[in-house]
Amino acid sequence: MSKADRTMTDSPTANAPNAVNEPSAAYRGFLRAERRGRILVRAAQLGLLVAFLIAWEFAPRYGWVNPMFTSYPSAMWPTFVELLHASANQPGLMEHTAATVLATVVGFSAAMVLGVIVASALWWWQRLYLVLDPFLVVANAMPKIAFVPIFYIWLGATLSIYGMALAISVFITILMVHAGFEGVDPNKVKLAQTFGASRWQVLHMVVLPGSVPTLIATLKVNTGLALVGVVVGEFQSASLGLGYLIQYGSQIFKLNIVMTAITLLAMLSALMYLAIAWLERRVMARR
Amino acid sequence: MTSAAASPRQAKVELRNVSLRYFGREGETEALGGISFSVTEGEFVSIIGQSGCGKSTLLSLIAGILAPTSGTILLDGKPVRGPDRRVGYMLQQDYLFEWRTILENTVLGAQIQGVAAGAARERAAMLLTRYGLARFMDHLPRQLSGGMRQRVALARTLCTDPDVVLLDEPFSALDSQTRIAIADEIADILRREGKTAILVTHDIAEAIGMADRVIVLSRRPGQVKSMHQVAFPSAGPARPSPMQARTASEFNGYFNRLWQELEVHVEG
Repeated sequence: MSKADRTMTDSPTANAPNAVNEPSAAYRGFLRAERRGRILVRAAQLGLLVAFLIAWEFAPRYGWVNPMFTSYPSAMWPTFVELLHASANQPGLMEHTAATVLATVVGFSAAMVLGVIVASALWWWQRLYLVLDPFLVVANAMPKIAFVPIFYIWLGATLSIYGMALAISVFITILMVHAGFEGVDPNKVKLAQTFGASRWQVLHMVVLPGSVPTLIATLKVNTGLALVGVVVGEFQSASLGLGYLIQYGSQIFKLNIVMTAITLLAMLSALMYLAIAWLERRVMARR
Repeated sequence: MTSAAASPRQAKVELRNVSLRYFGREGETEALGGISFSVTEGEFVSIIGQSGCGKSTLLSLIAGILAPTSGTILLDGKPVRGPDRRVGYMLQQDYLFEWRTILENTVLGAQIQGVAAGAARERAAMLLTRYGLARFMDHLPRQLSGGMRQRVALARTLCTDPDVVLLDEPFSALDSQTRIAIADEIADILRREGKTAILVTHDIAEAIGMADRVIVLSRRPGQVKSMHQVAFPSAGPARPSPMQARTASEFNGYFNRLWQELEVHVEG
């Protein structure tokens, strides 16, 4: 059976390297160098963060910058502890954070769902896309922040925050997801068509799964934008949320409050980054 | 060419005066200008022609994903009106979906056509095992070599059990050794399973090696220029494999005739 022999000879590329049982000294050296490289990058990242915190702590203390304007980490700690507990006229810091997180998650989730639905419709009806394209591009370029006061009047205190998170992130979501759909290899679509696939089958069996990398890239963009929308929305209308806390702190000129809220926002951004990086690793492992 | 009435069997695929024009803003292009031929059941036909002569378009028409501007395409004597389950199509590359495992890729067509999942997976597993890919059913496409991927593409095409298999230069993405080996294997499989096959290629040797008959298309607008029955009596009573055909004494004669027919000129 010469056919079977030939089958066995071309082994899959992924399984090829484990032909050697005992790793050679050179290979072990290569692995060590790899690992050293990774540790170096992590150490540099950590070092940068620590250097920033030290500069922030000591520059105001030595009077290089006015502590009134910048505050400093150790001064924020008492403020942080104080804010943690709810008072008569002020909810606790955790409630502020939870409100901002909730609005952000709802905002980018809604933008993602709505964006995929609209992008699907634009993919389905090419004419519709041709008609709407310039409007979508302009709507995306518009500074949505200009609508904050109007949203407040239209939607009220709470809904206007969600509305801003959605408005700021939905147009870029539509544009990116649609571009991803159009970028799916037309030959893959043709392949499905040769089996008699309906348009709907092409959409959910080829175009959508083929666009997963685009969907993740879009998620990276619109989570950040949704957070911007929420904070800006909270500036205007809320009595809860980190955006509100920033506004409140600056009005009574307590920069410690402002800086505490900003630090929490930075942490939220970092958490979202980690969550998406985790999701990306999980999804891309399948590719 | 024998007519349907004269032959004991009806033609499996028949093209009657098929033309296709493309319309664009720059003007219209006549891709195919009145093509007629028929293919009997179990026959292996190669279509050769220079690039741009509408070879691939011809397959898209037979597959029913394009409609001719005029003329008729008949499958078992009935006009083709869209993609048909009796026809399987192998494209120029494997186009395996990178997000599906090998088994999931193989059942794609069956899944689209609404075949029960269990039965489709069983047939896919049987085909993959037969093609020496049993170990790789749960692998992802990126973990397979080019030749293996093309074999998966064949399994995907045959999973829906078509009578007619269209091959659009399905080996063009492979390196030359793998290409010959895979062509051998695929020709063998298609013959054994009694499939009617139409191969489009610009490789003369491949066309002769795989087919019972070679059809030469002229330059655009593509028309049938000539047809050549291919047989290798010197190699024995059975049809030799494409690899064996290359060493048969008749091979060079066919090659030279087709080479002249194609009127290959290097432009410039």
